[in-house]
Amino acid sequence: MAPPTGPGRFTRFVRRASSEGKLVVQPRMGFGTVEQMRAGLDAVRTVDAATVGTITVDSYTRVNDHASALLALEKGADLNGFPLVAHGAAVTRELLAGIAGDDFPVQVRHGSALPGALFEGLVAAGIDATEGGPVSYCLPYSRVPLAQAVDAWAECCEMLAGISEPVHLESFGGCMLGQLCPPSLLISLSILEGLFFREHGLRDISVSYAQQTNQQQDIEAIHALRGLAKEWLGDTDWHAVLYTYMGVYPRTRQGAYGLLEESARLAARSGTERLIVKTAVEASRIPSITENVDALERAARAAEREAVAEPAGIPDSGIYEEAQAIITHTLTLGSDVGKALVRAFALGHLDIPFCLHQDNANRCRARIDDRGRLTWADPAGVPIPRARDLARNRQRLTARGLIDMLSYNERRYDHPSRTSHPR
Amino acid sequence: MTSVSSDSHMWNLVFLQLLLEENGGNVINLGACTPDELVMSECLRIRPDALVISTVNGHGHIDGLRLIRKIRGHSVLASMKVVIGGKLGVHGSRQAGSRAELVANGLDAVFEADADLGRFLDCLGLGTPAPQRVAPTEIRST
Repeated sequence: MAPPTGPGRFTRFVRRASSEGKLVVQPRMGFGTVEQMRAGLDAVRTVDAATVGTITVDSYTRVNDHASALLALEKGADLNGFPLVAHGAAVTRELLAGIAGDDFPVQVRHGSALPGALFEGLVAAGIDATEGGPVSYCLPYSRVPLAQAVDAWAECCEMLAGISEPVHLESFGGCMLGQLCPPSLLISLSILEGLFFREHGLRDISVSYAQQTNQQQDIEAIHALRGLAKEWLGDTDWHAVLYTYMGVYPRTRQGAYGLLEESARLAARSGTERLIVKTAVEASRIPSITENVDALERAARAAEREAVAEPAGIPDSGIYEEAQAIITHTLTLGSDVGKALVRAFALGHLDIPFCLHQDNANRCRARIDDRGRLTWADPAGVPIPRARDLARNRQRLTARGLIDMLSYNERRYDHPSRTSHPR
Repeated sequence: MTSVSSDSHMWNLVFLQLLLEENGGNVINLGACTPDELVMSECLRIRPDALVISTVNGHGHIDGLRLIRKIRGHSVLASMKVVIGGKLGVHGSRQAGSRAELVANGLDAVFEADADLGRFLDCLGLGTPAPQRVAPTEIRST
């Protein structure tokens, strides 16, 4: 089979928007029934912005409990997403008929450590974009042993790479529990997952970063991510995607939109091609279609306003240097990227703060400093420059201290006048 | 302490472990995405004073109900104290019917996301801190 030439449909759409100076905005959206899902995709398609559609699967499908998903469908019970495997490829293909196309690519978002059945289903339904990764959907989202997830994802990537039209795969490595994971570690994981995808034959990929707690730091982080993607993934058709804050979300409408618009400005200022938004009701429940549409339009308008502003200078606190050190060290630990990732986690050289998965060392710690920057409280075994000095930052963490850090953005945006830099 | 089989969220579990330990609890944290069988076998092995189920993905009403029926159906675990809390349904607002159904099937207490932590600790026979809200965590995260 001849290797695919040029980017696939998803990336062509993103590049076209980017060349027109538009940020691509995308929701997180999944409903249990075909009717709701179709209404949701239709609404996103007609938003006044460059939009990509999303089918988020439900959490039964995520853990391959398709029987429970089917049972819920039969009983008419509420599901928190679209059970693609339970519905089947034919129903899903029909759902997308007349909706998905060159002007409206649709991506499946899932959270599955073992996505074999899901990927087979989405490919059979004609879907050509999805996301995740062997680390990012294993450690924070499952109990699957990391080595097993790596094998499953290798097989899945090769399956996707064998399709004649290029399939887009986005690394979710830029999220990792959504908060309290230092930026350089997020970037390293996304690049490493990109390298894993590439090693297994994929050429149409995106690398990710989740908005954190300090805009200047986030700009530096995305700049570092793009630099590293050029170096390590330069021979692929790559772009970057930003996730609006994935941690504890503001509860007020004003606060929620404030944080969303900040992420849209961050995307515009950092040259990020695509943004996945959060809604005004993120803190309390799964958003409605209208709430998603509002969020997409708000984000697009905020990005447009920012696009005319002068680009800011890029700060340098060493994020690029740290990420480069983590990536190069990790790659020395195995004969391929997958083996290197498994070994790095076994040694605690890669280590996700607070992650309870049995294959994660859970020794390294992050904290939010007095300037609102997400920094290392203790890198433990993660091989960054000056790791030993940083370990002195570690303090005993209380439940209250943890909540204070987890709710940093919630407080900052729900009560902007009360305090600009809460502890 | 455990989540339920379909729920991958962790921050609620990390927070509750710290809270219970600070108030004199001795916590074994089974982590996220816990299959019913694992929860049952660990409870039989450890024989805890109480099982705390914490879930925020909106499937808590379905998964929690299935789990408590299995627990109450087991001769050894039938009398174990079991409480559930978090964001139990996808609609956000309290669903009185679902809550009553959980209690009717054997849950000793149900704590929705804005429940008082003092009442939760009391229920487990642990110390009472100043009132604060239970850790909020987003429902969807992929």
